[in-house]
Amino acid sequence: MLSIKQGKQLNTVLIGLLAWGVALVIFFPIFWMILTSFKTEIDAFATPPQLFFTPTLENYTLVNERSDYLRFAWNSVVVSFGSTAIGMLLAIPAAYSMVFYETKRTKSILLWMLSTKMLPSVGVLVPIYLLFKNLSLLDTRTGLIIIYTLINLPIMIWMVYTYFKEIPKDVLEAARMDGATLFQEIWQVLLPMSKGGLASTVLLSLILSWNEAFWSLNLTASQAAPLTALIASYSSPEGLFWAKLSAVSTLACAPILIFGWISQKQLVRGLSFGAVK
Amino acid sequence: MNTTTLKVSDIKSGKKGESGVMGIAKQNAKISRYLVSPSVLLLLAWMLIPLSMTIYFSLIRFNLLYPGENEFVGLENFEFFVTDESFAAGMSNTLLLVGSVLLITVVLGVLISVVVNQAFWGRGIVRVMLISPFFIMPTVNALVWKNLLLHPVSGVFAAMWTFFGAEPVDWFTEYPLFSIIMIVSWQWLPFAILLLMTALQSLDQEQQEAARLDGAGPVDIFFHLTLPHLARPISVVVMIETIFLLSIFAEIFTTTSGGPGYETTNLAYLIYSQALLQFDVGLASAGGLIAVILANIAAFFLVRLVGKSLTEKN
Repeated sequence: MLSIKQGKQLNTVLIGLLAWGVALVIFFPIFWMILTSFKTEIDAFATPPQLFFTPTLENYTLVNERSDYLRFAWNSVVVSFGSTAIGMLLAIPAAYSMVFYETKRTKSILLWMLSTKMLPSVGVLVPIYLLFKNLSLLDTRTGLIIIYTLINLPIMIWMVYTYFKEIPKDVLEAARMDGATLFQEIWQVLLPMSKGGLASTVLLSLILSWNEAFWSLNLTASQAAPLTALIASYSSPEGLFWAKLSAVSTLACAPILIFGWISQKQLVRGLSFGAVK
Repeated sequence: MNTTTLKVSDIKSGKKGESGVMGIAKQNAKISRYLVSPSVLLLLAWMLIPLSMTIYFSLIRFNLLYPGENEFVGLENFEFFVTDESFAAGMSNTLLLVGSVLLITVVLGVLISVVVNQAFWGRGIVRVMLISPFFIMPTVNALVWKNLLLHPVSGVFAAMWTFFGAEPVDWFTEYPLFSIIMIVSWQWLPFAILLLMTALQSLDQEQQEAARLDGAGPVDIFFHLTLPHLARPISVVVMIETIFLLSIFAEIFTTTSGGPGYETTNLAYLIYSQALLQFDVGLASAGGLIAVILANIAAFFLVRLVGKSLTEKN
């Protein structure tokens, strides 16, 4: 017979094994992608799949030659950082106004903003495409920045709203009594107090824009195409290219994956719109 | 400029300092109320301009291959769109996709987060591994699954099947919609885990202990304490996932292109193919409007459900 203590220990071990098992299964595709990126094309296509092989870096050099990876990556960087910056410039004043100068309509405005997120992109694909064509915004980074700012704005406002909501109003009032201007009040008092929340809003916006793949596939061709479009261009098979595909995918995902790992705890609170503490 | 107006008002009111500061505060309050306006106006434009264009296009004949023939056709586009066999397929695929992925991610998400919420060795690493797929871009997700895992010849699944003596399966040909559901679930499961795991950390431990002392088994505790505690985060998961799942596009675009036949064509892909592959803007706009109406029905219930739970605590 096991004593209670031994039983508990056994339980912990079993739960640990179960959790590790599930985690390894879920992480496996990413692990496999990274592994394959270091194989030669012949190893990558071998049956059964090879777990042990002589690693090579040739895919990473080849990918750069074949598709000018850096240009796509630069487009991704410009578009996601650009839209995030503009989004924050709009979201911070909006949330400030709604939290500290609440009116009767504030709650309905918030819910309405969230509901614009429900407008499916396909529903407006045609008009946006034609508008962009007329305004020469097709296949430009500016065009993508505009779209990403608009589709992420409701979520950003919501997140910043929930963070500002936690700041005691007296602190701002005290600053106001000391004669702080509106700008000083926001810039020197409010923003430093909600640094963590703002950082997670920025991160989420970056992740969403970096990975967005409806508008980027439909509105860009060669000039402004970000990494999502580069990867999609690998969807038509042309002989043995699994290893190169893996290398370019690893390159495309690595920055955001690392970002996400660092910021996972921050992200949860933002993503749950304050419903989870 | 502010200081001079301040002085004038000081002299007028005869008091020093206080009323001047109040003047600024009042002025600030006035401006502050309008700080939300730029966002509201932009979102309003973002909603109204394209939407009214879609409505207009849906009522005329508008094919990019036949320019100039833009006469008013009433509801003909809607009729064509709805009666075409692709519509029924697109509708049922959309609902199947959204429904299955929601079910899979919520059920597995609850189970996994309950397991991971226990103490064990290496929890931090397990956590990181579990949430990683959420950060992978949809096009990478689709191509890695299609070429490295599900490929009928060189894929890992094929190797496993062969190992156990079974015939390897050509997933995207034989079970196309199932394959899409699988890869989309893989992408969204981490989101559910992430949220539910965090929610579990605020579960009252003492209450659980008390229930255990009263003789409640783990199953009782799960259904009577854990699950009710997760109701709110689950509703958030359902809302956010629905928003994104209704317009799943890249995963289909990069793997099956909606095929074979219409087996993996959802509403989003159907409208895309009508507009940008067949150039029938009128028809695509009618489809777009139907997608908007569908999404609004979903939004009506979801925003009510979640909006209530979000605003009531304030």
